Parts: sequence; C-alpha cells; structure tokens
Amino acid sequence: MATILEDSKFDPQRDLKTVGSNPVKHDGLDKVTGRAKFGADFFLPGMLFGRTLRSPHAHAIIKSIDISEAEALPGVKAVVTRDDFPDIDPGSVAGDMTRTAMAREKALFDGHPVAAVAATSEAIAKRALKLIKVDYEVLPHVIDPVDAMKPDAPILHDHIRTKGLDEPSDAPTNVTERMVSKMGDVERGFAEADVIVEREFDSKPMHQGYIEPQGCVAEYSEDGQVELWCSTQAPFVYRDRLSAILKVDAAKINVQQSELGGGFGGKTGFYPEPIAILLSKKASRPVKMVLHRTEVFRGTGPVSGTNYKIKMGCTKDGRITAAQGELIFQTGIFTGSMYFNAPNAMFTRYDLENVYIESFEVISNRPKVNSFRAPCVPQIVFGVEGVIDELARKIEMDPIDMRLKNAATEGYTTIYGETLGPIGFVETLEAAKATDHYQSPVKDGEGRGIATGFWFNRGGETSTSMNIAPDGSVTIITGTADVAGSRISIAMMAAEELGIDVDKVRITMADTNSLGFNRVTAGSRTTYSVGMTVVDNARDCISQFVKRAAEIWDVPEDAVIYENGECRPASANVGEFEPLSIADIAKQTTMSHGAVTASTSMNVTGAGPGFGLHIVDVKVDEETGRTDVTRYTVIEDAGKAIHPLQVEGQYQGGAVQGIGWALNEEYVYGEDGRLQNAGFLDYRMPVTSDVPMIDTVIVEVPNPRHPFGLRGVGEVPVVPTMAAIGNAIGDAIGVRPQSLPMSPPKLLDLIENRDG
Amino acid sequence: MTDMRYEAPETLDAAIALLDDASGGGKVMAGGTDVLVQLHAEIIEPEVLVDIKNIPDLKAMSQTEAGWLVGAAVSGMTIVDNADFATAWPGVCEGVALIGSVQVKGRASIGGNLCNASPAADSVPAIIAAGAVAKIIGPGGVRKEPVENIVTGPGQTSLGDGEFIVSFSFPTRAPHSGDCYLRLTPRTEMDIAIVGAGVSLTLDDNGTCNAARISIGAVAPRPLLVEEAANALIGTKVDGTALENMVAAVRAACDPISDKRGTREYRIKTAGVIARRAASKALERARAN
Amino acid sequence: MAKKVHVTTTVNGDEYEYLAEAGQTLVDVLRNELELTGTKEGCSTGDCGACSVIVDGELVCSCLVLAAETDGKSVETIEGMANGDELHPLQRNFLELNGLQCGICTPGFLVAAKALLERNPDPTETEARFWLAGNLCRCTGYDKIVRSVMAAAEEMRGA
Repeated sequence: MATILEDSKFDPQRDLKTVGSNPVKHDGLDKVTGRAKFGADFFLPGMLFGRTLRSPHAHAIIKSIDISEAEALPGVKAVVTRDDFPDIDPGSVAGDMTRTAMAREKALFDGHPVAAVAATSEAIAKRALKLIKVDYEVLPHVIDPVDAMKPDAPILHDHIRTKGLDEPSDAPTNVTERMVSKMGDVERGFAEADVIVEREFDSKPMHQGYIEPQGCVAEYSEDGQVELWCSTQAPFVYRDRLSAILKVDAAKINVQQSELGGGFGGKTGFYPEPIAILLSKKASRPVKMVLHRTEVFRGTGPVSGTNYKIKMGCTKDGRITAAQGELIFQTGIFTGSMYFNAPNAMFTRYDLENVYIESFEVISNRPKVNSFRAPCVPQIVFGVEGVIDELARKIEMDPIDMRLKNAATEGYTTIYGETLGPIGFVETLEAAKATDHYQSPVKDGEGRGIATGFWFNRGGETSTSMNIAPDGSVTIITGTADVAGSRISIAMMAAEELGIDVDKVRITMADTNSLGFNRVTAGSRTTYSVGMTVVDNARDCISQFVKRAAEIWDVPEDAVIYENGECRPASANVGEFEPLSIADIAKQTTMSHGAVTASTSMNVTGAGPGFGLHIVDVKVDEETGRTDVTRYTVIEDAGKAIHPLQVEGQYQGGAVQGIGWALNEEYVYGEDGRLQNAGFLDYRMPVTSDVPMIDTVIVEVPNPRHPFGLRGVGEVPVVPTMAAIGNAIGDAIGVRPQSLPMSPPKLLDLIENRDG
Repeated sequence: MTDMRYEAPETLDAAIALLDDASGGGKVMAGGTDVLVQLHAEIIEPEVLVDIKNIPDLKAMSQTEAGWLVGAAVSGMTIVDNADFATAWPGVCEGVALIGSVQVKGRASIGGNLCNASPAADSVPAIIAAGAVAKIIGPGGVRKEPVENIVTGPGQTSLGDGEFIVSFSFPTRAPHSGDCYLRLTPRTEMDIAIVGAGVSLTLDDNGTCNAARISIGAVAPRPLLVEEAANALIGTKVDGTALENMVAAVRAACDPISDKRGTREYRIKTAGVIARRAASKALERARAN
Repeated sequence: MAKKVHVTTTVNGDEYEYLAEAGQTLVDVLRNELELTGTKEGCSTGDCGACSVIVDGELVCSCLVLAAETDGKSVETIEGMANGDELHPLQRNFLELNGLQCGICTPGFLVAAKALLERNPDPTETEARFWLAGNLCRCTGYDKIVRSVMAAAEEMRGA
C-alpha cells in the first residue's frame, strides 16, 4: 500500500464535517482560567532558584572568575562557571552552542552569561551574584556588521575563514560565509529592461517579543539522569543539543515541554536550560531558572539586521527581466543565521529567468541571532517589494497587475531548484484585487501600499502515536510543540479521518522519552506534518477496526467498509449486521487483542509553498514623521483552513508583528557596545491601541500532497508586512523609505528632504 | 534589599519621624510604579520604604474657593475619573492620563510622577503650565513651592532630606481659560515622551490672551517653564504669527540630549510642533469657556 | 536580616496569611507563595500587563504592588474569575472567538477587560483598545481579543 507521503488520498470533493469548522480549542479552557502551566509555573519539592551573572562588556577576555565569596553566602547551594561545562573546541556547532550558553575564553556580547548561582531564594541568588568577582580584559568591540567587515575591525573569533569565496583566503575574518545564487544571465536581463531601479536598504535587529520569558526547572540525579521541564518550541532538539554540550546520553535527558508562552522562532534554541541542569547537578537539588525581561532582550535571540542592495529591471509592459541582490546579514556572535533563506525566497513567487544574488553572513558583538517567522526573509522583501513598486510607478502600472504579470505558476523551477506544484499565488493576487479594501479609494491624506510574500513551508521528522480507548475515545501523542493552538487542528484532522466528533479526541504533548524524534516547530511545519502522521495513524487504526469487525462478523475483511466512525457491511450480500462503532469494536476486542494503537515516524515531505499579499493604508503626520496604520487586509493561501479562526489568527498576528518591525522595533546599542533598550518600555512593540482590526481573506488552493490540502500558514503573514507599509508610506509622503524601522525621526528626515 | 523595612504610616507626623530616623536612608513611596522598578533593578537600596498613601491628606481631592486641592498620592485613575476636575483642568487630566497604562495609573500619582524627576514625566509640564503649587512637609515644617521649582535635574529634586509633598493646589480658573497637554511618542500608549508640552492660557472678553504659561518636557534635564513662549502669546489673539513666535521661543529654550528615544535635532523640531498643537487646543478650550 | 512583614490578604474570597519580605511583590507572593500561577510575570516593570489583578476594585500590575501593601485588602486574580464551573462571559467569548493563541497574556487581558466592563459596560472599540493598551500580546495582533471583549460586553449588557 502506498504511504501517505506517496498518496495522500486528497479528494477535493470530500464531504468534510469537522475540517473547516471552528471548535473551541482543547487547551483553551486551561488558558482562560489560569490553570495552564507555562515554563515558570512548575514547582518541585526542594527546588532552588537560579540566577545568571552577565557580562557588562561587549568583548572582553575573562581572565579569572572568583566564586568563593558567593559560594560561602548562606543559602547558596551551587555556583557554576565555564569550568563546569565540558570543554568543546570553538568553531564546531556544539562549540558555538556551549559558548552561547556560558562564556568561555571571552565574553562576546553585553549580557553574555559568565556565571550562575542556585540558592534557596531568588533574593539570595541575586545577592550572591554581586559577590562573584570577574576579572575582565576589555577588548575593542564591533556592533555593526558593515564595520565588522572592514579590514581594521577587531577579529572576534580566531578560527573563522570565510566559506564560499571564489579564491579561499586564510585570513582571519568576521565574515563567516559568502553564497552566490543565480539563474539565467542577469546582465542580459538588465540589457532587455526599459526601466531599472537600484536601491540600498537596511534593517535593524528586532526581537521575537514573546511575552513569556524563558523558564525551566531542571533536576539532575546522581546517576546522570536529567529531567527538564521547560518552555520550548523544540523539546527533542533541546535534548539532543544538551546531550552534545553536556556530554550526557540523549536517552538520559528527558525534556518535558510546558505550555509555550510565545516563541516565534525564539525558543528553538536553549538559553538557561543547560545552566539550570549544571546547577542542579552541583547542588543535588532541582533548580528553577526564569529569565527576567532585561535578560531576554540582552541575552536571547534577536533577528538578523541587514544591509543590502536590490536592483531590478522591467520592460515597459511590466515584465521583470532581471533581479539582483547583494545582501549582508548580521548573525550575532556565532554563525547560524539561516541567511540562505533570503536568496531562496526573496524573489520566489515571480517567474524570473535572470537572477544573481550574493549573500554574506557576518559576526559582531551581539547575541547570536535566533529564528523568527520566515527567518531572514521579511527584512529583504522590504526592499524587493519596494523596488517592484517603484518600477510599477515608473511604467504607470497597477501594482497588483505588475505582480500578476510576473506571477510564478505550477511548473516554474525556483532558484533553489524546486519545480513548483499547484500553488495559489495568482489566486491570492486576484483575491486581493477583489477585496473591498483594494476597491475603495484611498482616504485623503493617507497612502496605500501592497506587497507580496512567499515561504517554502516545511515538513520534516515527525512522530505521533494514536491510542483508541476501550470506550472509543482517542488519545494522540505528539512531540512537535504546539506554539499557537495546533493541537485543535490536529485533533480535527484525526476526528475527520476517523469520522468521529472532535471532542472524542485528546492530544498529549509528549516528553522526549515517550516518542520518536520530532523536529522543531518552525517554518510552518507543524499542522502540516503532524496532520500527515496523525491521518496516517488514523488510517492504520481504521484498518485494524475493519479487521476486527470482519472477525466479529466472521466475514472477509474486504466485506467491511469503514465510514462515519463505524464499520458496516460493504453490501447487502455480506449479511445483516448492525454497524459497529469504534467504541463497539474497542470494547469487544481490547480484552482479546489488546488496544487498537498506531505509531508513525516519518520524514514528512510535500509541503506546499504559501503566498500572501497585504494591503495597508497609513496616515503619516508630516510634522512629526509619525505613522498610523488605519486599515489592513491580509490575503493568503492556506491550501485548506482546518480551523479558520486559527488561520486568521496567524495572519493577524504576523501582520501586527510586522507593523512593529516596520515602524518602531529595533535594538539600540550605545558606543560602549551595551544594549540601551532592554525592556518593553523602550523596545516598542505594538499595543492594542496602535493597530486597527486586521481583515483577512483565506484563499484555498489545495496542496494535494496533504490529505486535506493544507499549507502551513505561520511564516507568510509577516513576510510582506514591512514592505507593504513601506510602500504605503511612500505613497503617502512621496518618497519610499529604505531603512527599517521607519521610525518618526527617519520619516521626518525623508519628508524634509524630499523636495531638495 | 532583604534588609529593607516597609512602613506605612497613617499620619504626617509618623511619616516625618520615620524619614527623620532613617536619616537619608528612607525612600518615600506613593503608588510605587517608579520606586518598585528602581528597587528591583537595584538602582535604589533604601533602609526603609515609607509608603505615604495611607495618610488621609495625601489621598484627599477637593474643590475649594481657592481652586482644587489634589493630594500628592491620589491615583491617576482617581484624578482622570473626577469629572469636575476634568472640566477645570482638562490639560492636567491629559498629562495624568498618559502616565502609563490603566494598571499603572491605578497606582501612580502626580506626586510620584513629579518626584521621580524624569525630564519626560507626562503630568509635570501640565501641572507647571497650570501653575500648581506644592505643599511640602518635612522636619522643618510646611512650605509651599511652585511645581516648576521641584525638579532640578534627572532624578534630582529640590526637596530636602525627610521632605515630601503632601498636596498640590491648582488655582481657580478665570473665565475664558483653557489648558492642554500633548506629547509625541512613537506608539499611542505605553511610551516615554520624546517631547511633551503643556499650555494654559486665558483670554479676555475680546479674545486677547492676557495670561499664559507654557511648559515643555523631555527637551532639557528638567521640565521647563518657558516664559518667552508665554510672552509670545500674551497680548495677542493667539493667531498664526503669535503661535509661530511661541514655537520659536520653545525651540530656543530646548536643550535636549540625543538618546534611544530621539535625537537632539528631532526633539527640538517636534517640541515646537507639539507646543503649537497644544496651544491651539488650549485656545479652542479657552474660547469655549 | 530585617523581619518579614505579616500580611493577611483576601484572594478570590479566601483569606491567606503569610510572611512577606518588605520588597516582595504581590505577583511573587501570588505565584511562588500561594501557588496561584494563573497570574503571569512577563516584564516585572508594569509594561506588559500579564500580571494584572484587581486590588480593592482597582486594576493594577501585581509586579508593581508590594505584598505588604495588600494587608487587609482584597485581591481578584484570574483564578477567581469563573463562578465555579460557570465561565465568565469574557472567558467564554475568548474561547469561542479564539481570543487567545499561546495564552500567556490571556489572564492579564481577561482581568483587565473585566475591570473595563465593570466600569464601562458599553465601551467603543477605541475605548476598549486604549483601556487594554497596558496588556501586550504578541500572537494575535489584538483583533480577536478586542472582538472577544466587545462580544462579551454585548452579551453582558443583554443579560
């Protein structure tokens, strides 16, 4: 029998009962009553409280650390430093990870952990931190990636040699990688163009901004077993990476995910967790660590800042003939920014023939960047869609028509080599044109912009189990973290396939001892991939129901069919039998055959790409440069919306995160290399009164590789946002901003200089 | 911090005695919305925290023949919810309404906002423009001080050791008076002013301005009372020319820093814009009274 | 070490007696001493609203209140919002209209919204948005939160 990966049995005519409806999510009740347990909500008997000492210097050799006074303070049960971590060579993946967790040779950014204390109270732990004496030799630092590329920049790691150079160099550098992506002949393409626009852009690092700081409880027992309860998007990845840096067998580390209070990519890698484990090991007691908000900003994953150039040309009738980019990505202090997503995605959605992109990844004295929805793509799309908008203006073409003219369709082979299957970009563009928003005139004094975005969508390693209880209710065990409510969508797909009410299905988020490996929740993979394995589980269980019904009735298996949650005779010829529900079968056969169960582990493939278009109206105060977003519409292809309210929530949340990134969010560093705005007061995320309702249009062009046709929807909603707002501001003030965030001082400057 | 004591005296005398005993180691707290943040960030490490909001005088709010009396620890929500006060001093209410969220205003007070001595405090330009006078009590007895003389620099006040503010008095409004406070922030709420401007003015029966006070915040080490700006309006019909002269005076008075919240140049430019808008709104209110 | 303060606080109708350090915040006591972890701590500086509670009728951030200040006072938290197994209309509307995603900000929003509707049963969307501006959410874009609050208000007015 073909596997679900080979034959999803997608049927566009399928009569769906549960999929496409909006049941209350099963985790919702605990979340509205305060019962839900997040990372900081777990307690163990005898638990200690851990706190971290962080470097005040952006770059400094750690000559010595004296912990003796701290250790002597009553109530202090353990102090850990670099000496408690296994020694791993710099430059390896594990070497970088252990140095992210705790500074070794050098403190490499403001906020880099240098020591940690576990004590009987948080107050004592804080006092103990003050008793730790660190002898630093301060070194010159570099914060800006463009400065870090200069020949006289301080070299931050001795071992780095730029990968991907045409002529390899043995010179130490801060440029970790260069990558060239190309198709066709870009010079010929520009020669064919009637209009060419070339612009330079930049963006600042921003933070994922989850409201729940990282929190965990670790318990290390003397035989080397580690129990870790934490807020994570990636329990299995945490386990395996902790195994690598602590040199403990993965099987001895059991990671139990808590409810996750927001991640958006920022909880795909650990921060306090290894420290808590080592404190627990040293103290022989469980240790809780919860980051403070300032630590979240100083010490955890910002998003790559960028400096880049975009050049594009088109013919008078709007056909894009060539596209070129030169991109610099700041990765923080270690490599691993996923910058390569940018060249692969920045132009993908247009059926371009001639493309050349040169990308660089650069380190500087900032925390290593972490993922954020569509990592490294939205900040580049800001420029790409701005240039396309400018081309459309120059040839006096409607901006959506310009995109339609160049829209990729099924069969187009992308720059990363994938030939696209059925996709919904054209349908998304046409739906956008038809919206009331796009059809309505722009209000006086306002500007309107549109922009489009693409994301690959992902699959990946996924394991789930399904267990049928003797009463016919169903439990599912998953290990791919639920970051926003995927549990209900997964339960709905299982219920649909089994033909039962979704209330009969419950999902348990497994600890890492209970299930095979699951990849991180990232890249819009979870509802897609877990949906695949759970439907596979359901099909497995159904075949067992059929087999057991055939046995009960004493008929051949092919004389039994399963539909609407029960087995019935395939035809009148089989005999007169009352249908057998799941409960009937489970009740009768669990004693004799054991429970009906199914387990699946697969590397899920076939994720269909997602496309979106945002329309935004803005009002810019020409005397202050302040922007208000007055109207916003997200149009995006979901393939099939399993739970439409959840899908809308993804669209709306992505758009508002993008509004923050577009207008105000940025890391501000001082000359001293220290972060100046490490709090919600000065790191300006949008508040309720900053934004309008976010209208949504769910386009559904099914992905036939999935049994219900779905595409991931987590990443695309943030991809076009800053570009659309930039284009709207450009429309309002007559000059298109090229620097993110488009904060009031920058816009006032543009306004004052636009006629000069 | 674990050695700190918490005291909540119920009389002025008890509070004075506590602060006196601490001889400099005492910290006065009203709503605590700034003090507790500083305490937990270890910016302050007092021996004793003296919570003064259980003292009746500090929580009183009343209208008298001389105007309004507002206890220094009256919460922001209590102030903005007082319809009569809002009629008399809408601009003061605008300033108070911008002291953080509803949650913060449920605790924060004018006294705290003033004594925290941030150059960007939102209620302060508004009460300076209003001509409020602070009643201060301490070991030396009671004294009165115009509010513009309280803040001397970032985090610095003219209050002596053991002194604290009991209440603010706001004068009775003359006919045809209006005030307004506006600020510029990137967000609509939950932000620190890049610039703020409080304007209070009075017109005679012919619509000529015969009194004005203009105060600007976040553009100098302390909130400023800009007399030259007020003088630009007094004697005029507050027309376009007068407003432009006022704007020029405001900009000339600015001496801001460049920081994470805004550059010096941006602050100077926008201080004029915000002051002009606040003056126009105050004028509109004065004409309606 | 200074002596701890003896505090008696009524939380959701139940009287709790405890010892608090002078500088200990209400959110710390609620979560770590009374184990009422429904109140969340997102920033400790009053900027995110996740720790919103109602003290003697006033909506506050419990990270900006000392536990010692609540001696003799009455505190309402998310745990006290439902009436037994009957959800508050706000809770039910948040569930039905999907006014939550990850759920970390949800208790704070619910408590803040309850305070809003007790004071203003018929808020405009703008009034609701400004009232809730002290509560940060990073998942939802606020749309479904505001819709949930408006729907609950309408339901409560009709009831």
